[in-house]
Amino acid sequence: MDERNFFQQLAFDFTRCFITEDRWQLLLKGILVTIEVSLVAIALGTVIGFLIALCNLSKNKFLKTIGGIYTDVIRGTPSVTQLMIIYFVIFATAPIPKWLIASIAFGINSGAYVSEIIRAGIQSIDKGQTEAGRSLGLNASQTMTHIIMPQALKNIFPALCNEFIVLIKETAIVGYVGLMDIQKAGDFIKSATFSAFMPLFATAIIYYVLIKVLTLGLKQLEKKLRKSDVR
Amino acid sequence: MSFIEIKGIKKHYGEGESRVDVLNGIDIEIEKGEIVVLLGPSGSGKSTLLNIIGGIDDADDGYIAINGEKTANMSEKDLTLYRRKHLGYVFQQYNLIPNLNIKENVEVGAYLSDKPLETDEILKTLGLYEHRHKLPNQLSGGQQQRTSIGRAIIKNPDILLCDEPTGALDYKTSKEILKLIEEVNHKYGNTVIMVTHNDAIKNMADRVIKLRDGAIRKEYKNETKVSAADLDW
Repeated sequence: MDERNFFQQLAFDFTRCFITEDRWQLLLKGILVTIEVSLVAIALGTVIGFLIALCNLSKNKFLKTIGGIYTDVIRGTPSVTQLMIIYFVIFATAPIPKWLIASIAFGINSGAYVSEIIRAGIQSIDKGQTEAGRSLGLNASQTMTHIIMPQALKNIFPALCNEFIVLIKETAIVGYVGLMDIQKAGDFIKSATFSAFMPLFATAIIYYVLIKVLTLGLKQLEKKLRKSDVR
Repeated sequence: MSFIEIKGIKKHYGEGESRVDVLNGIDIEIEKGEIVVLLGPSGSGKSTLLNIIGGIDDADDGYIAINGEKTANMSEKDLTLYRRKHLGYVFQQYNLIPNLNIKENVEVGAYLSDKPLETDEILKTLGLYEHRHKLPNQLSGGQQQRTSIGRAIIKNPDILLCDEPTGALDYKTSKEILKLIEEVNHKYGNTVIMVTHNDAIKNMADRVIKLRDGAIRKEYKNETKVSAADLDW
């Protein structure tokens, strides 16, 4: 029988999982799908989150109710259920690419969490700042835009970064609607090769590197934002 | 007709058992260029009255008229313009914008005015010129309050509203701030309405109004006015 040492076995598994039949391309395509879905979802989630936060902070009862229901429902149901409802029910017959439907689903989901982060950030700003803005002769929206938001954004930035990271990892469920992301590509390789170790570790490493790169980039951005506080 | 007419101002907070009547019908007339001190213990309604004069808060009843123009009749847009044009506000806790430096904080006021005073001149008058590039948290309480005064007066407002301007400051710095407010009043002729619970400050006022439980208990013209420099407590 062919005896291989540990490293030879690793090399053999690696070749069988990723090189044979160019399976590495599955992972590469998966990375692109994950990035594509995540980026659109982050953008959409930020916009929705901002709007819902304004609804939740509004004095208008109707807007407040809308914001409250949105946050409550989204936070109270699993994201995989939301994804499947959006894909198989709401957009069942719509001629929209799968990845875009997934992005919309994750954007809607993330919006609820982002809205709470933004709401908390705005409310953390001292009431005196609003009074100062109003007394200077700024109207409510100018006070929000020029005085409150710049301060709130600095405070919420770390929490927003955390939400983006969670969102990227959350996209690992897109396989449920037939999208070949990193996780699904790993699963596919696992099934084709009957080897669990190599594809699953590759999946974990790819996610880790993606998130590490994002974290480092966001940290640099945060550093730049904080720099304006020290002169 | 007085420059500022305050008529029948009433205000309450809460409902039912938790209802608190903060102001129970306040009538005051203030002339242009006067320094008016609103005295009273905590909860007497003096800050609420100042906020209503400043258009930051609404009255339940009554009206404020500046030069015969009633603020209650103004739309939100007009009220914003009213604050921009007529009012400068100095707060107890300064309320400076933390991410803007001292010069930028003062310039916010100038930016919103169509007849602003010269920023550098104001900074020099306030003794802040050498600190102009620092952030508020790099300055002492007195320097921050001076910045707040600068931000308020750079618009050259007709009315300077001061809510416990020395409430967070020590004796020496408090006197500096009061002297500055007096100097501003002399130099630019603004009407000053100052809320305080420090009884000694009434001596620098042209007129003193004592509030208690939301009503005026005493109002008189100060015949023995002294300079802020001569105040002692």
